[in-house]
Amino acid sequence: MNLLLNPLFLSIAAPFAVAVAILCGLPQRWSKRLAYLGFGLPALIALWCWANFPANNGAEYAWFVRASTGLEGFGISLALGLNGVSLPLFVLAGLVGLAAGLYAIRSTAERTKLYLMLLLFMQAGLMGIFASEDIFFLYFFHELALIPTFIMVGIWGGRDRNYAAMKMTIYLTVGAMLSLLGLIAIYVKSGANTFDLMALREAVAAQPIAATAQKYAFGLLLAGFGILVSLWPFHTWAPLGYGAAPSSAAMLHAGVLKKFGLYGLIQVALPLLPDAARAHSQILTVLALGNVLVIGLITIAQRDLKQMIGYSSVMHMGYAFLGLVCFSTLGTGGVVLLMVAHGLSVALMFLLATSIHDRTQTFDLADMGGLAQKTPVLAAFFVAATLAGIGLPGFANFWGELTIFVALWNVSPWVAAAAIAGVVISAIYGLRAVARVFFGSPTPALNGVMAANPPADLSWGEKIPALILLIALLVVGFWPKSISTPLNAALTAPVATAKTAIP
Amino acid sequence: MSTASLQLIEAAGRNQWLAIAPELMLALIALMLLALELILPKEQRAFIPGIAIVSQVAVLIGLIINFNSPYINAGPTFNGLLLHTAGGQFLRAFFLLASILVCVLATVSLPRQRMPHVEFYHIILVVTAGMMLLAQANHFVMLFVALETVTVGLYILVSYYRDNPLTLEAGLKYLIMGALSSGILLFGITLLYGAAGASPDADGVLHTGFEYQTLTRFLASHPNNFLASAGIVLVLSGVAFKIGAFPFQIWVPDVYQGAPTPVTAFLAVSSKAVGFAVLIPLCLEVFRPYASLVVPVLSVMAGATILFGNLAALTQNNVKRLIALSGVAHAGYLLLGVIAAFQEPQAVGAVYFYLFAYLLASFAVFGVMTQLGGADDTKQELDQYAELARERPFLGAVLAIGLGSLAGIPPLAGFMGKLLIFVSAFKAGLYPLLLIAITGVVISIYYYFGWIKAAFFPAWRLPSAEGAPAPAPRAPVHRGLGLALGLLALGSVVLGFYQGELGRWLLGL
Repeated sequence: MNLLLNPLFLSIAAPFAVAVAILCGLPQRWSKRLAYLGFGLPALIALWCWANFPANNGAEYAWFVRASTGLEGFGISLALGLNGVSLPLFVLAGLVGLAAGLYAIRSTAERTKLYLMLLLFMQAGLMGIFASEDIFFLYFFHELALIPTFIMVGIWGGRDRNYAAMKMTIYLTVGAMLSLLGLIAIYVKSGANTFDLMALREAVAAQPIAATAQKYAFGLLLAGFGILVSLWPFHTWAPLGYGAAPSSAAMLHAGVLKKFGLYGLIQVALPLLPDAARAHSQILTVLALGNVLVIGLITIAQRDLKQMIGYSSVMHMGYAFLGLVCFSTLGTGGVVLLMVAHGLSVALMFLLATSIHDRTQTFDLADMGGLAQKTPVLAAFFVAATLAGIGLPGFANFWGELTIFVALWNVSPWVAAAAIAGVVISAIYGLRAVARVFFGSPTPALNGVMAANPPADLSWGEKIPALILLIALLVVGFWPKSISTPLNAALTAPVATAKTAIP
Repeated sequence: MSTASLQLIEAAGRNQWLAIAPELMLALIALMLLALELILPKEQRAFIPGIAIVSQVAVLIGLIINFNSPYINAGPTFNGLLLHTAGGQFLRAFFLLASILVCVLATVSLPRQRMPHVEFYHIILVVTAGMMLLAQANHFVMLFVALETVTVGLYILVSYYRDNPLTLEAGLKYLIMGALSSGILLFGITLLYGAAGASPDADGVLHTGFEYQTLTRFLASHPNNFLASAGIVLVLSGVAFKIGAFPFQIWVPDVYQGAPTPVTAFLAVSSKAVGFAVLIPLCLEVFRPYASLVVPVLSVMAGATILFGNLAALTQNNVKRLIALSGVAHAGYLLLGVIAAFQEPQAVGAVYFYLFAYLLASFAVFGVMTQLGGADDTKQELDQYAELARERPFLGAVLAIGLGSLAGIPPLAGFMGKLLIFVSAFKAGLYPLLLIAITGVVISIYYYFGWIKAAFFPAWRLPSAEGAPAPAPRAPVHRGLGLALGLLALGSVVLGFYQGELGRWLLGL
């Protein structure tokens, strides 16, 4: 009973239950109505949690609940709770989920019911990832969210969907399997024989894991999570997959699901395997710079709008990894801020890219132009999203990037300088895309399309999800403290053991 | 009354017949089916499959109600032939459940052929009774006789649709390979018997090397006996045939393809589980003094089995061959669990859990295959699954859940099975094998996902076929089969989230 009334459990159960209802043959009209509930309730719960979170107590798990699934003897139990690190990402999952859900409900995709069902399963998984205290369920919910992506790319995908779906599936399965092996290594080698994160942290605080075991476990986690977060050079699935994925799936995956790997590194790998993390920091720095600089340059060369967004999201993950290798509260905190900001802005970009495609019938930047005159609101949103992505003050991204750069400067000014060069790169491709799509004069081909089908400006069905994301970006941009205070408390606490149950 | 008959009555009284009541019931039901066919008028014989299923369900319910029977852990019965354990009890229920499901599949598959029906169910029941005895064998003679009951029954079942050339080929292959494996097993048993010999105990009762406990004592006191080592390897080889482990897996794809689909399911689930029912007590108890021999043999077998099964399945287009080879890979994962159990006793529970998850998922997939199969049961290609999810969403969902569980994707039961085995293997320090297993899982995603793709993704049609008539719509799902499939899919999902008492009980074994 305790479990059923828990807000975190409800946020997972609501989309899941709606998805199951659709699976059992709910009629189309009711599917759409209930889907509002399935996407809306988690978002409301997330906002409520954000408002009621005990800010100075970020190290402890709020709304903690534990339930047995029958394997507690094996060290697995369903344990839900939010601490200062998971709270912002939980809110992110709720908001991006709501935006992607609203966008999907109004879309005219074929087989709408199946589409909504898969998205709802994904949403349940996403809420579960950040609400789980038990690392087995962390992984479990990640997979629950991941599987629908493959199917969605395969059925509703654009160009190259078969290839993209297969490539994504295999890459991400490899990543997931390696990280699972890494988690098992922690389970066994910590001597705790449990997946309970608090118990593991206590065990490691009492007796750190042996150096060799740490090395291998961290290597496995880094490779596994690295693939999932598209660390260079394991990133090739990402632009291809996002290029082919239907918009809502791309929003949820790039915006939220991809953050799982970083979240796992912050919550699990860094606290439990601190020595190995430091030993791996040099190689990680090089790879992360590869993300920023190499992928940055590749992004400039993209002609396809969606692929460009996909590459830019790969590039921004480089900043996140760079923040991690600072091993300071400032750096890690900056990573969480950036994860939230990037999740919101990349989801907004994917949403707007699809809206542009609906009007121009193309993703090719060379075939576009002059859309600003016909659709000024769309143009305004797109410019705002681009500026957010570049890291302009006022948007959440600014705080994430700034704190990471400051933290990096304290460690190595050279690396910081190289990373800051990335901002210039993102300004180049971002602003160039704005210019290509919205300004200049349309190509003859585009004129033909627009003459046959005069483009309307953003409809309310597109505006509302876009506004949700934009407002969230601005709120965090102007009031970063709402995230950083509990985050700071969580990151500076030596061991998170106590739990509070706040109704 | 003569002394001989008095002795007989006394012997009968000492044997606890109640301990094997489920097996006796099955044998009686099997005979009753034949009698019913003789007695009932022709138009009422259609009820016979239903009777077979319902009576088996009754036996299963009885078995589950009486799950903690007083015979468990109460020492051997029938002069040491049988030993009742908690694990054996689980396997009995497992075989009975599988048998029920095979019968359900047969009610759909058999009417498509012009073959006698009742004998099919009769043989299934007898074979299942043999399997249930095997799960409790404590004596090599018992083991061999029960195993032959199973194998001979399967010879007939494999070639049951005898007017199909591929089926006949499969029957012949299975006969030759089965006879060979029985020969190898028997040779191994003979060597062990010869090495251990026979000696009387303090009460003057003669104990031979056929008895598990006597053999264990002998092996413990003679650590480096060549004859015994050879016998152990031969026995393991004979069992490896049953589970389809490398290098004794050659027969698997051909036989699985040629056999009638319900029999393929029987082979894939029950016959494989029989191998493990034999292997677990043999390896972990009887041959344990020779662990330094058994573990390397099993390790090489497990690694090669996982790699061979997954790699060979990659290129298959016939779904029966595909699932056959993927089943080989599953045998490898299960072997990994058995190896881990040498150091981590919990791993036995993990193996049982995996087997149960494998049963749920396999029968879901086989059910869909049976439903979609045509008059030619051996011809089931991936292409036939095009647009399945759109046309029959229910079958599509069941197929996706079954295949997902086989692939080990959360939140399905198969994932939990793999996780439990992998954690146990990690605890036992089997790192190289674990890496192979993980590689195998990744490879398997390709073909399982390819199958799901065939059923779910929009089908690509030749441009020249644009105007061609659409293929005939698929037949509606058979009602009984639909119920079974729904329950199986539900079981796979629920067991993935919530293992409950089953998980607690298995890990406490």
